Amino acid sequence: MSKIPLQFRHNGRDVAIFVDGGTNLLVALRELIGDMTPKFGCGQGGCGTCSVLIDGELHLSCLTLAETVAGRSIETLDGMKQGPNLHPLQRAFADHFAAQCGYCTPGMLMAAKALLDRNASPSRDEVIEAISGNICRCTGYEPIINAILAATGGRVSA
Amino acid sequence: MAVTVKTFASASEAAGALSSDRTARYLGGGTLVMRALNEGDVSISTVVRAQDQALTRIDASAPRITLGAGVTFARVLAERDLAFLHAPARSIGGPAVRNMGTVGGNLFAPNPYGDFTVALLALDATVAVQGGFGSRDIPIEEFLQARERQAGTLVLSVSCTRPASSEAFRYRKIARIKPKGGSVMTLAAHLPISGGRIAGARIALGSMAPTQIRARAAERALEGRSLDAATIAAAASAAIEGTSPSDNALGSAWYRREVVGVHLRRLLSGQE
Ligand SMILES: Cc1cc2nc3c(=O)[nH]c(=O)nc-3n(C[C@H](O)[C@H](O)[C@H](O)COP(=O)(O)OP(=O)(O)OC[C@H]3O[C@@H](n4cnc5c(N)ncnc54)[C@H](O)[C@@H]3O)c2cc1C
Ligand code: FES
Ligand code: FES
Repeated sequence: MSKIPLQFRHNGRDVAIFVDGGTNLLVALRELIGDMTPKFGCGQGGCGTCSVLIDGELHLSCLTLAETVAGRSIETLDGMKQGPNLHPLQRAFADHFAAQCGYCTPGMLMAAKALLDRNASPSRDEVIEAISGNICRCTGYEPIINAILAATGGRVSA
Repeated sequence: MAVTVKTFASASEAAGALSSDRTARYLGGGTLVMRALNEGDVSISTVVRAQDQALTRIDASAPRITLGAGVTFARVLAERDLAFLHAPARSIGGPAVRNMGTVGGNLFAPNPYGDFTVALLALDATVAVQGGFGSRDIPIEEFLQARERQAGTLVLSVSCTRPASSEAFRYRKIARIKPKGGSVMTLAAHLPISGGRIAGARIALGSMAPTQIRARAAERALEGRSLDAATIAAAASAAIEGTSPSDNALGSAWYRREVVGVHLRRLLSGQE
């Protein structure tokens, strides 16, 4: 079966790769581009750790046919830091102990970024809703919610 | 295993490719198709896509609204004119699933999914499909009953008439995991009122049978009556008739039968 040429923007840089028919975006990112920040959890859409932004919208890369992102712009956790500095969300996750094993963290950060990019001061309920597709197996939801609120300057419970 | 992906500019070319290949599967948002591919489903060897703008069109200004099959739930939620469909759209998955999943794909989603379709069934929607031999309109109930045989036809759009008021259309999804989670059962009711009486009652249920179904006995209990306590009680006790739920991780068939009347009573009486 022949390879399919595919070009898209990856964290602000143009990339060109060849994929097999049916390859999902998560595999393309990890195995062909070497961006290991989106994680593989379930491959079924259930855990959210593979979340990326496609043209600014939160998508599950494991359920995205790689070919459908031709010409589009993909953001992953790898592109989140701002030069030598962490993104305010990353800083807040570190400061508020929002990562335990860290497996869900890339997806949580992408879901949080998708929210803050369109709503700079979300309510607690809006934060909960925004990460509702992301499972934390360490069940550390409270610190994650607090970290996201802290990144917006919102009040955080102890 | 690699599959062949065929991308077409027009819906009719895609329909042609689907109808001529038994191993072809249409890719909407991909939330279920890609999951099947990731799990190694060997029954799919071709994936068909269409980049036709008509499939993502929303026509929401007229009393009769039309949603292209490729319209996502996030787009439904962004459309103020579609407020009556916001509760069903919001009840689906998490934000990423709503950004990806489509109205057309929902028509094929097996239990515990297919929530948006429950709303469309209560609204007597029409499904526009295109097979190898041109397009036609099918009432949604007929479409769902023959769903297993729809392989090879492309859904172009769904359309329905806007309910007369927000009171006239009600929707409720019962889930264990909030805010997202598969449906224990899903209910939608359309109750047009004419001269103080219900005329043309529609009650639709999800996860209460292999496909979404109408609760006809409950509809009969409502028809021609005013929505008072006695009518609601009669409809609630008739809700179970014609259902054939199954057991799954979210609830047993027994439980679903036990509580369907309770949830219909709450829906009809406007209780939280
Ligand atoms: C984590 C997760 C949570 C979910 N939660 C919910 C939920 O709460 N409620 C719910 O209802 N669903 C849920 N779903 C299921 C699914 O996302 C939705 O039902 C969605 O509407 C399916 O649409 P899609 O475009 O992604 O379908 P696809 O995966 O693209 O397609 C599904 C099926 O429909 C066929 N199809 C798609 N479009 C067409 C068309 N235009 N013509 C002909 N055939 C077509 C495909 O060939 C395939 O057989 C969930 C899925 C996941 C992964
Ligand atoms: S790996 Fe994509 S949702 Fe779990
Ligand atoms: S920190 Fe371990 S999965 Fe969330």
